[in-house]
Amino acid sequence: MSIEVKKVIKNFGSTCALDKVTVTFEENKIYGLLGRNGAGKTTLLNIITNRIFSDAGEVLIDGIPARENDEALKKIYMMSEKDYYPANMKIKDIFRWTQEFYPDFDLEYAENLAEAFELNIKKNVKSLSTGYSSIFKVIIALSVNTPYVLLDEPVLGLDANHRDMFYRYLIEKYSETPSTYVISTHLIEEISNLVEHIIIIRKGKIIKDEAREELMSYGYTVSGKASLVDEYVRDKNVIGLDSIGGLKSAYVMGQIPRDKAPEGLEITKIDLQKLFIKLTDN
Amino acid sequence: MLINFDDERPIFIQIAEGLEDAILSGAFGEESQIPSITEISVNYRINPATALKGINILVDEGIVYKKRGIGMFVATGAVEKLKKKRKEQFYDNFIKKLVEEAKRLDISKNEAINMLERGFEDEYRS
Repeated sequence: MSIEVKKVIKNFGSTCALDKVTVTFEENKIYGLLGRNGAGKTTLLNIITNRIFSDAGEVLIDGIPARENDEALKKIYMMSEKDYYPANMKIKDIFRWTQEFYPDFDLEYAENLAEAFELNIKKNVKSLSTGYSSIFKVIIALSVNTPYVLLDEPVLGLDANHRDMFYRYLIEKYSETPSTYVISTHLIEEISNLVEHIIIIRKGKIIKDEAREELMSYGYTVSGKASLVDEYVRDKNVIGLDSIGGLKSAYVMGQIPRDKAPEGLEITKIDLQKLFIKLTDN
Repeated sequence: MLINFDDERPIFIQIAEGLEDAILSGAFGEESQIPSITEISVNYRINPATALKGINILVDEGIVYKKRGIGMFVATGAVEKLKKKRKEQFYDNFIKKLVEEAKRLDISKNEAINMLERGFEDEYRS
């Protein structure tokens, strides 16, 4: 059971949005899909859910081609940044309407979440603020009970308390009834501990596709006097440098060395956000 | 159980240590139940697979054990085992670092020993 994306190509005019992307989202895992603005995250998610068509390649959902196949698409729910809901519709009616297409949608749970987030479900979609528009969509995503849930910028406009609530409910839901979640977000630090697997996309290409623990154990920072740092990293895969005065920090890809750092140098783990910035810098 | 995650070490190891601390302090007594995977992952907003990995370290070491269908419990003798393990790590985790920092600050061996003695005296007095 998985979503398989195979050699997908998508061009918008002369811009290549996805360049032979191959990636698999396995059953019951939480994925972090990371990339800078315009890297191709949303395009990828839109192709998986058949909202736009690829120029080449294919998407299989549990082995079945997804293209214009409602049975396959019923297994996926995608929450997007854009609103596809009729603006004059009341939230409670959208809940009911969602249940039509996704029979496992849990209306009672959705109503409970709405209460917890203090979302008035008698309101129209168009009357919602950016934050509440995200909350309303997040509630549907958590209640829909499909095997695959894709979340494109789920916490856009949410304040810290609501973001924390969302992460809490997500973990709770996932622990009780596991599904595959793909979270695309810019708030990397916040999801860093939540996800099991990380996919980094850069200019339409997948540049990292690894378990979080592995990725995190595969990068480190060496800092100290510039000359010592330069000497130490000479034969290593340096992905970025920072310097202040005579001090330098080098970001290195590779197994963290087991031996003690040489005198005057300090070796520390790299955090996910830093790693992301260094890998995706131009 | 309170864990302030640092960025330095893998989360699952910090979860295991947090549980160890709670067992050592008596917060989770021997033969008492520890929080479930779900409780831990929801509470710390971490992936349940990570929480499981952390707890499994303690299971492998015989610190906690599973009761099928009920949950996880602190084993009898867990405190003794943990103390022994922590004592073995004491030199690496504390003494080595102390000596390194002392060297950076030009603190002599005698000065360091004096400070250590002062530390113990303050502790006894309080």
